[in-house]
Amino acid sequence: MPEVITNLDRRAFLQSLGGGLLVLFTYDGAASAQESGGGRRRREELPETVDTWLHIAPNGAITTFTGKVEVGQNIRTSLTQAVADELRCKPESIQMVMGDTARTPWDMGTFGSRTTPTMAPELRKMASTAREALIDEAAKLWNMDRGRLQASEGCICDKNSSKKATLGELAGKINWVQITGRSDCATPPERWSVAGTSLPKVNAEEIVNGKHKYASDHKLPGMRYGRVLRPPSFGAKLISADTNAAAKMAGVHVARDGDFIAVAATDEQKAQSALSLINAKWEEKKQVSANELWSYIRSNGNAEKPKPLTGAAHSLATSYTIAYIAHTPLEPRAAVAEFRDGNLTVWTGTQRPFGVRSELAEALQMDEKNVRVLMPDTGSAYGGKHSGECAVEAARIAKAVGKPVKLIWTREEEFTWAYFRPAGIVDVRSEIDRDGTLRKWEFHNYLSGGSGIRTPYEVPDKQEQFHEIDSPLREGSYRGLASTANNFARESHMDELAAAARMDPLEFRLKNLKNDRLRAVLKVAADRFGWHERKPSATRGFGLSCGVEKGGYVGCCAEIALGPGKQLRVERVVEAWECGAVVNPEHLKNQVEGAIVMGLGGALFEAIDFAGGKILNSRLSKYRVPRFSDVPKIELILIDRKDIPSAGAGETPIIGIAPAIANAIFSATGKRIRSMPILPSFQMI
Amino acid sequence: MKLVVNGRPVHIETDAKRPLLWVLRNELDLTGAKYGCGEGQCGACTVLIDGAAHRSCITPVGSVAGREITTIEGLSDGERLHPLQSAFIEYDAMQCGYCTPGMILESAALLRKNPMPSETEIKQHLEGNICRCGTYNRIVAAVQKAAPSVAAEARVKPHA
Repeated sequence: MPEVITNLDRRAFLQSLGGGLLVLFTYDGAASAQESGGGRRRREELPETVDTWLHIAPNGAITTFTGKVEVGQNIRTSLTQAVADELRCKPESIQMVMGDTARTPWDMGTFGSRTTPTMAPELRKMASTAREALIDEAAKLWNMDRGRLQASEGCICDKNSSKKATLGELAGKINWVQITGRSDCATPPERWSVAGTSLPKVNAEEIVNGKHKYASDHKLPGMRYGRVLRPPSFGAKLISADTNAAAKMAGVHVARDGDFIAVAATDEQKAQSALSLINAKWEEKKQVSANELWSYIRSNGNAEKPKPLTGAAHSLATSYTIAYIAHTPLEPRAAVAEFRDGNLTVWTGTQRPFGVRSELAEALQMDEKNVRVLMPDTGSAYGGKHSGECAVEAARIAKAVGKPVKLIWTREEEFTWAYFRPAGIVDVRSEIDRDGTLRKWEFHNYLSGGSGIRTPYEVPDKQEQFHEIDSPLREGSYRGLASTANNFARESHMDELAAAARMDPLEFRLKNLKNDRLRAVLKVAADRFGWHERKPSATRGFGLSCGVEKGGYVGCCAEIALGPGKQLRVERVVEAWECGAVVNPEHLKNQVEGAIVMGLGGALFEAIDFAGGKILNSRLSKYRVPRFSDVPKIELILIDRKDIPSAGAGETPIIGIAPAIANAIFSATGKRIRSMPILPSFQMI
Repeated sequence: MKLVVNGRPVHIETDAKRPLLWVLRNELDLTGAKYGCGEGQCGACTVLIDGAAHRSCITPVGSVAGREITTIEGLSDGERLHPLQSAFIEYDAMQCGYCTPGMILESAALLRKNPMPSETEIKQHLEGNICRCGTYNRIVAAVQKAAPSVAAEARVKPHA
């Protein structure tokens, strides 16, 4: 097996291997088009030889290479489980190299819940191929029928004698460059032994003892600390800037390239002082403000003329609004950039290290082969770290000052200059028969997005459309994309229809739903919740919802308490979740719980306020995210379908909570909430 | 200026108004304390000063000269993890882990004052710490799990 590749030009290296079969990356193009991020988006073919994905050292240490990255969704652990399963070895013997453009195969990015359905099978394919090659090698070496041999506990052993050899001993005898991945020997879920169990987070110890180095923790000799001059509002144009006072400070460099002005200093305090000494004049531009947003969307949205009603028993037309919200990853964007010998290396927290490499190459007019991006496991992302602006800024400053530079965006910068989950309006018109059968369904999403727009309910006459509108604020991917908004509108509207038909919300949904997997999670959640025993009152409400997106099925029930003065508290949430075969039950529960908690923020109180091109609540003291006291009792039911390939679970569990809460409010008050967030209609208790 | 960090005296020449967080991270390479907001709102920068939890991002370094500063790097007993650290692993009380050092130190400060806190008391005490990944209920469970062990260790080593 060749040495671990450190050459920057991996593509040239792979080409030099020659001969291997190439497979096309199977990511669904339509889905990826909804994701944000700059740079070149051209796909590359995935290498088909085992050596590019896996290395087994003579001492048995296994290194696996993947372009996917860890942002808290625990794929470092789940992918380790997949490889351990196939090589029949201990997870501790595996090290996962992730998101390093010089060492890992190209990858489009870690988004769209694609790691579990695409990267885990890819690594299983390569590791199982390696296992079979190792068995072949032992059979040849010992002149034995390979049927007698098996992989077990990091060795290849003879079932009929004590003869065995470690994977490390055998690996050195194989020319791995010529071994291409086979798709016929991966272990099916019913025979998994490491996957399917709750292996703890593989690098948890480094997290709890503070030793893990996030991008913002990285330090290089001679490194400077950067700060970037920001315009006072979006779209403002620089008229003039006097940087003399800043440049005169000892230990400070000013970097200037057109409108880009930044400082680098020997410490962060000096950088801040220097920045504040720059006297810049800007020409500001008129911008849409939050209080004009709905009228802006209405006037730009080319509203569809409603189709004529068919004359069924009940018809209903409602509209829902969704505010802009911020990902607020606890680690803001951060990057450390270093130029050395004409090569640029950047450590940064991003979901798209290869995309960011392209952004860097474009911005600095370099060849991609001279740019390396490394992504240390990062302080969360939630779809918010697709882009490389901080990496590009750090590199521009580093180039200007001739020293390595660290740039950590301030919280205010993260709130202002990153991107937001788009706001939007959803119009829904529908008709049902007297017996509650859906007849007609018209669903229009303006601005917020098309993800999850298709109704899972049976309806003969339907029209579902996403209307693209220029977003007043910079918008981009967010956990679950627009499926949260679309499911909120759909499941709220379904609840309104149930009320119009005087039917139980659960029975009404089941009557119009054939999808077995969705029916299952809805029924299981309702049973565990005690749906049929609920007793709504003026002070207590109960609501449910369901939804499917990206191969994940969610059924969600919420119980709320209402106090005097419209005070609200979510007390209990029961969610049933199914996404095929469960890879790591505890980590899956953790993801589902986390999605519910994050969803609670968008459902109840998160909203970006903006006026005149400025974000008005760009601090954690002004933008509220869920805290300990907001979190209800959460009960989860995981349905493990070993007969169905695993889908990702980082996103879709977020879509159930908002409509379940809104529907619970209706059950108690008779009042419909048609906005996300639900506050300020109510106050939190 | 003299600081005592994780039991060791450290001499440093710096502006007394500079936030402790950046002195720890940039001068002493103790990066376990994280920047999250710079206004004491998220708890990612939490350290212990004489055993009490403080937001190092809004603590001028001059105000803690000579006092006992403990960061996450100094919490464990050599290679042996502190019971809170073990419990956070056992309860999978983290996702990205960026809030974890602050959560653990804030919890350690609570257990010093209140060795057997109720669920409500834990939530109230930790209200100023944000876990954006939403592992709050797991953190509460981990603190409850660790409490008896922390109390037992405190009885053996009352000054630790």
